[in-house]
Amino acid sequence: MKGTGDTMIDIVLTFRRDRLAVFGTAILCLLTLIALLAPYIAPYDPVELNLSQRLLSPNIEHLMGTDSVGRDILSRIIYGTRTSLMISVVVVIIEVVFGVLVGTAAGYLGRAADEILMRLVDILLAFPGIILTIVIVGLLGSSVMNLIIALTAVGWVGYARVVRGSILSIKKELFIESARAIGCSKLRIATHHILPNIISPVIVLATMNMGTIIISIAGLSFLGLGVQAPTPEWGIMLNEGKPFMESAPHLMIFPGLMIMVTVLAFNFLGDGLRDVLDIKTIIGS
Amino acid sequence: MNLLEILNLDISFPGRAGRVQASYGANLEIKQGEVLCLVGESGCGKTILALSIMGLLPQNARINGKILFNGQNLFSLQKKEMRKIRGREIAMIFEQPASCLNPVLGVGEQIAEAIRIHENCSRKVSRKRAVDMMGLVGIPSPHRRYCQYPHEFSGGMAQRVMIAMALVFRPLLLIADEPTTALDVTIQAQILDLLESLITQFNTALLLITHDLCVAARMGNRVAVMYAGGIVEKGQLNDVFKAPGHPYTQALVKAASNEGLVSIPESTELSLLNSGCWFHLRCPLAQEICTQKMPKMQGGVCCHLC
Repeated sequence: MKGTGDTMIDIVLTFRRDRLAVFGTAILCLLTLIALLAPYIAPYDPVELNLSQRLLSPNIEHLMGTDSVGRDILSRIIYGTRTSLMISVVVVIIEVVFGVLVGTAAGYLGRAADEILMRLVDILLAFPGIILTIVIVGLLGSSVMNLIIALTAVGWVGYARVVRGSILSIKKELFIESARAIGCSKLRIATHHILPNIISPVIVLATMNMGTIIISIAGLSFLGLGVQAPTPEWGIMLNEGKPFMESAPHLMIFPGLMIMVTVLAFNFLGDGLRDVLDIKTIIGS
Repeated sequence: MNLLEILNLDISFPGRAGRVQASYGANLEIKQGEVLCLVGESGCGKTILALSIMGLLPQNARINGKILFNGQNLFSLQKKEMRKIRGREIAMIFEQPASCLNPVLGVGEQIAEAIRIHENCSRKVSRKRAVDMMGLVGIPSPHRRYCQYPHEFSGGMAQRVMIAMALVFRPLLLIADEPTTALDVTIQAQILDLLESLITQFNTALLLITHDLCVAARMGNRVAVMYAGGIVEKGQLNDVFKAPGHPYTQALVKAASNEGLVSIPESTELSLLNSGCWFHLRCPLAQEICTQKMPKMQGGVCCHLC
């Protein structure tokens, strides 16, 4: 959104009043920093084995303890932040681009395009998302690349639906007619007048979606279908800690906590953004 | 020579209950720099006529006839050529100024965009011209208001923005579709004053669509009265209002005059009219011939009895 003067300040002020959203933003800033600075802040090499120090409880040298082959859990958590955030950001970006393109085509190009594209979306929506993802990864083989392909192949439909719906209602607005009256071409109307109006719902959806994607990545990796060991990743860590759940619960507690905190933070931020970016609430206040 | 000439324009829309005829053999002409008022009740086809000049009719419209602009038939133009005329030579402003502005774009930016569509100029230049134009239409402190959003504008100010956007290129023809209907009376007077002074300054012809005879009387050189998709009477404004020929115009003028409100008997559905004069079902003077034969325009009035 092009922010100038008062409106942008309004948005920031409203946002600041939402404590949960501010909290979520703070957590996400912290996680981003951790991900970016991983090599500098991680105390140990996340993949270095040290069999003499396996399954240590949290202590002063290893703040979160060590796992079954003596790797430092804190370091693995820090590097895992990197893996999760990077993959989910890439997935969301591809989904948004693809979903917006398809949704715009469906909503704007007319009946025939709409019917074809929306039936395709319906077909994809008819399958449970996670099963479809597992099938695609199963067919392609497990790797980060294939994980991204599988997640985006399933995830873009949500954006396409939202974008199409918004466009159908926006294209009936008078300002679109008035844009045509000043000589705008169809393409120009789509890019200059319709897209700015659908950015807010897409941003909100994308933020909310980040949490789901992080869970999917962890879940698939846990099942051995996503990121492969020994890459530090929260889902893999959960999987590796599973046999020692009773004797060394910290192996699962810390990665589990990380997943929970990250997903919650994205959801808080998404909720806050939804309240703030709804242009109608801005006009109303 | 006429700037705009509408010749035998038929516009119809397919509907469930049969075809709806929104314009029936309309003939209308506008000379350079003149103000033509098109009056008529709601739903009589005024806006459809305006949209047909702009080439903005819905895709399911069936069109017959010609609209000549500077001698060029607008219906025979390519889409691209039409886009060049739209906004540059023929501009239009609408009834609801506030909803004609994109709510998520800055107001000034929208005027600047209108400039950049037709002229290859830098953002800086288009911004300067937009600010100048905002000053010209009487928006106070245009530099500051350039960055504001439509919700920060009142209805009157928004209509000024629309006028600025429409008149940036000093078009030959401005179509104003009920430009003041949504505004209160004092603002209405200001907007009409503004329109009047700008079109005189730019020598722009104005097609003013209104159902308010007072607005028409104030602004117009000539007037055309539309009923059920047809032009029933046209002529010099003073002549028509002082001595209306068509029974419908007579009823309209009577309803608007000081003799107390006289209402016209119930309205008719457009699609139901198959033969005869458009007005015969409501006409106090209707006779046998009115139900059978469509009258022809003679001496500015389209009626069997005149």
